[in-house]
Amino acid sequence: MSAEQGTQGAAEAPSGGIKSRHKRFLWIIFGLAFFAAIVALVLNAFGSSITYFYSPTQVMNNEVPQGRAFRVGGMVEGGSVVRAGDGLTVHFKVTDTAETVAVVYTGILPDLFAEEKGVVAQGRLDDHGVFQATQVLAKHDENYVAPEVQAALDEAHKTRAAQTLAQ
Amino acid sequence: MSGFKYAAPAQFYPLAGKMALWFGVSAAVLAVIGLVIGLYIAPIDVTQKDSYRIIFIHVPAAWMSMFLYVVMAFWGAIALGMNTRLSAMMAQSIAPTGALMTAIALWTGALWGKPTWGTYWAWDARMTSELILLFLYLGIIALRNAIDDPRRADKACSVLALVGVVNVPIIYMSVNWWNTLHQGATIKAGNSSIDDIMLAGLLFMVFAFWFYSVAVTLVRLRTIMLEREVGAAWVARLPEVKEER
Repeated sequence: MSAEQGTQGAAEAPSGGIKSRHKRFLWIIFGLAFFAAIVALVLNAFGSSITYFYSPTQVMNNEVPQGRAFRVGGMVEGGSVVRAGDGLTVHFKVTDTAETVAVVYTGILPDLFAEEKGVVAQGRLDDHGVFQATQVLAKHDENYVAPEVQAALDEAHKTRAAQTLAQ
Repeated sequence: MSGFKYAAPAQFYPLAGKMALWFGVSAAVLAVIGLVIGLYIAPIDVTQKDSYRIIFIHVPAAWMSMFLYVVMAFWGAIALGMNTRLSAMMAQSIAPTGALMTAIALWTGALWGKPTWGTYWAWDARMTSELILLFLYLGIIALRNAIDDPRRADKACSVLALVGVVNVPIIYMSVNWWNTLHQGATIKAGNSSIDDIMLAGLLFMVFAFWFYSVAVTLVRLRTIMLEREVGAAWVARLPEVKEER
């Protein structure tokens, strides 16, 4: 970089003038669009294999990889959690409201594991259609709520339920 | 040409210095306000308790990691198309801050993931694409250091930055396109599913991260300008350089 070039600043010789500059930008845009199209097609071809977990509906329709471990995700069905006598084994059902999958897991559950909350279990289906989980993760939703607000919401919910009953 | 006046390093160098100072001071003030709101005033989250407070670092860092990449690719495109030096230096100066933001986003996400999900890391689409973003930043920095001629390095890095830019919409949309362990977007135009005070703290932190990124990038840009144009007449004319002689 010579001292003379430095004084020219941004007006440094654009090789070939305005026309080739436009051409270069066209090439950049064309190249980028072309590459984006390739990536879009590749991602499309990968399809559901990029997915982190399958829904219970997909499990019931046999849309899951056969003969190897996969993940199933959804809500823990309310009232479905049963703890076995050993204190470590847990039975619960994962639901996407349409279908449910029974899950058995022996191990420590994450703190946020709860009924009516999101869950992702990894493991495989046994011969009885029960999902033998080797790992259970809690899937948090995108809601951030203060305790007082949640209490108010619950209260409103209860009042509404009581009103419905009174009618 | 008045609009392009500052495209010349000689004009931009002093302006960048002034801007860096103001952006830096603003970032510090915003960060203090944001952290006070986030760590003291904002209530706990009903399910995550106190561990949700990582959001005040995690979300701004993650947004910046994507935003800075787009800005870097933009300056790369300008550098390729117009063959200008300053825009290439802009792109060069953004890369380390972008890499830092990506690393912070991944790191804080892991720290939050353990108490929330039960794992530090999962190979879901959101996390994997964000990890690829970190590798892109590091790759661009490495490529720059591997090429001795700065003008050739400008071109190579610009091309790599532009190729990698397709990853940004993938990161952003991954939680909608595929089933991911990572939750969907909380902040949405018009209807955000977050407490107002938490949102206020978050926005202060977003602007703090933004202004910090601008300030640090400008300081780095000034260093890069001096380094690359050390023999140029405008450097010799700088008051601080004249005094030295």
